[in-house]
Amino acid sequence: MTRFEMKQRKLDATAERVLGMVMPQGAPWANDLRQDALNRLLSMGLPQGRDEYWRWTKPDSLTADRPAKAAVFQSDDTPLFTALDRLKLVFVDGVFDATASDALEGENLEIMRLTDALGSDIHWVKDAYGALEKRAQDPVDRPLATLNTAFATDGIVIRATGPVTRPVSLIYLHRDETSDAILHHVIKLDAGAELTLLENGPAAARFNKVMEIEVADGARFHHVRAQGRDHERRAVTHLFASVGSDAAFKSFTMTANGVLTRNEVFIDIVGDDSVAHVAGAAMGDGDFLHDDTVFITHAGLRCESRQVFKKVLRNGAKGVFQGKILVKQAAQKTDGYQISQGLLLDEDSQFLAKPELEIYADDVACSHGSTVGAINEDALFYLQSRGVPHAEATDLLTLAFLAEAIDEIEDEAISADILNRLEGWLARRRG
Amino acid sequence: MLEIKNLHVKLQEEDKQILKGVNLTVGAGEVHAIMGPNGSGKSTTSYVLSGRDGYEVTEGEALLNGQNLLDMEPEERAAAGLFLAFQYPVEIPGVGNMTFLRTAVNAQRKARGEDELSATEFLKLVREKAKSLKIDADMLKRPVNVGFSGGEKKRNEILQMAMLEPQLCILDETDSGLDVDAMKLVAEGVNALRDSKRSFVVITHYQRLLDHIKPDVVHIMSNGRIIKSGGPELALEVEHNGYADLLAEQEQA
Ligand SMILES: Nc1ncnc2c1ncn2[C@@H]1O[C@H](COP(=O)(O)OP(=O)(O)O)[C@@H](O)[C@H]1O
Ligand SMILES: [Mg+2]
Repeated sequence: MTRFEMKQRKLDATAERVLGMVMPQGAPWANDLRQDALNRLLSMGLPQGRDEYWRWTKPDSLTADRPAKAAVFQSDDTPLFTALDRLKLVFVDGVFDATASDALEGENLEIMRLTDALGSDIHWVKDAYGALEKRAQDPVDRPLATLNTAFATDGIVIRATGPVTRPVSLIYLHRDETSDAILHHVIKLDAGAELTLLENGPAAARFNKVMEIEVADGARFHHVRAQGRDHERRAVTHLFASVGSDAAFKSFTMTANGVLTRNEVFIDIVGDDSVAHVAGAAMGDGDFLHDDTVFITHAGLRCESRQVFKKVLRNGAKGVFQGKILVKQAAQKTDGYQISQGLLLDEDSQFLAKPELEIYADDVACSHGSTVGAINEDALFYLQSRGVPHAEATDLLTLAFLAEAIDEIEDEAISADILNRLEGWLARRRG
Repeated sequence: MLEIKNLHVKLQEEDKQILKGVNLTVGAGEVHAIMGPNGSGKSTTSYVLSGRDGYEVTEGEALLNGQNLLDMEPEERAAAGLFLAFQYPVEIPGVGNMTFLRTAVNAQRKARGEDELSATEFLKLVREKAKSLKIDADMLKRPVNVGFSGGEKKRNEILQMAMLEPQLCILDETDSGLDVDAMKLVAEGVNALRDSKRSFVVITHYQRLLDHIKPDVVHIMSNGRIIKSGGPELALEVEHNGYADLLAEQEQA
């Protein structure tokens, strides 16, 4: 088959897959944005296993007509973030639950359900819905995000007009073992605004989520998410961000369990003197694939970016990292850092990484590193020789391995909460 | 306290015999020094006693207060009262020194059926011990041994020893690479722990440490055996004449 024929087949399959899907209706401008996304999707095609960008993570179960069943996980743990004073917004299998949620209001906050915003005649989201997603299609296609823009059934639209003191907390409950959720959030931080966004929960048997975030000059955005312990859940998520000058974007993700998780992050640092940090700590046991695919573009002067991704893998779990720093010619004095590491707790597990740097400016400091290895035997013996039992010593060293990623969380209460979950995960697996 | 009888050890991975019949008996409250050329098996002896992987005991035994050490896990040996101050202390990025100390102290207490120390009790204890070793708050906060100077690492070993209050302390070249002041600090730390029940095995190349930590018995190890034992004067002899005479004597015997 020629390349052309292959592409044609892919497009035919995509058309067949999506034409039966129902596109939610809203205001005419919103319908146009969705239609534009659908057209873009039909010309790029859904991902396939032979695509370079999907070489290590097979997309079939994410693109299939129906999701595979995922048992609902019953945990006796207190849900995360419960101790925090926060604005709670609850989604059940991808549907906003107004009764379970707090009122959509807060100081320096405009907040609305996506479907309401897209149904309004006039709304600022008109210029934002799908905009960053569309921009991120160059240089690599991200068709599952485009599918999301076309077909998202729910989501939340948030605008921070100044410092928001109460974190906004999105809670994703999973109750139906065949649920297939497509959520799309649009977040905008005006100049000087501050917002902390929390996300937790498995969301659905299959979850496709897009979050578009615009961080204006002088604004600060913090994001902490935990993806839920349901073993059989599948998720593909995209985080698209545009960061202005003197601004900060910080995102941390904890993933424990899940048969398939693909988290894509695409950040454009367009202003000067800003920072963008993305970090992740993932732990998998058995049938588990976790993929972090990150693309950070530096266009402004003197900006700093960090990518810190750590994965703990056991019993045949698989970790994937594809991370890129692109430094444009004008982005002098860029400070870019990227580290991806896999800790293999046995010989059946694997970690695959493709770190990339593409630099066109001449005065920059960029570094990247990727390692894969087992627990350090010398450190383990040292701990044991001090009386720490083997299992406890292994856990301590595993948490030490994750520490650099967890340190990226600024809020101490939140990082303590996350650390506690990771400890619990390890403790449940002690031999 | 410690009885090593006819200990033979080879490397697990290679057919290389390292210890070829070590005999050593250390009584309660005694300080024994082991000297000897590089490569003679001093570190191997201390590793085998503390249970490090990679060695195979082919003959002999080692008892601590009558308990067979060689059957125990490293952490059980520690809880039974054995402590090794490493020749090369290990760096552990990501684990704070304080967390490390507390985990160790409480793990041993737990293993012995004692109550764990509360956070405040622990803090008080560690501050007091750290102070006498001139270990500052910063060193306690940093990850274990990461970025520590050679002297700081050795003082940190002594701090661990002081916190864990072991029965038998093995110090493997704790004085190597230390300047005179640092060595004095270490020696003071050791002397502060000396009592009629606690025993020490001090591995060293230098008489100067033994000026500060007075040994009861001095042993010379060579080629996997203890070839001579004597009083403190043996260390002085080595200091003046080196090992050559002793080794030659051994050849002839
Ligand atoms: N893990 C090992 N692998 C290879 N050789 C080793 C190992 N441990 C010890 N040896 C060898 O055993 C001998 C004794 O070493 P060691 O106990 O470190 O001596 P010392 O502490 O007296 O200098 C040396 O020849 C050393 O190279
Ligand atoms: Mg040695």
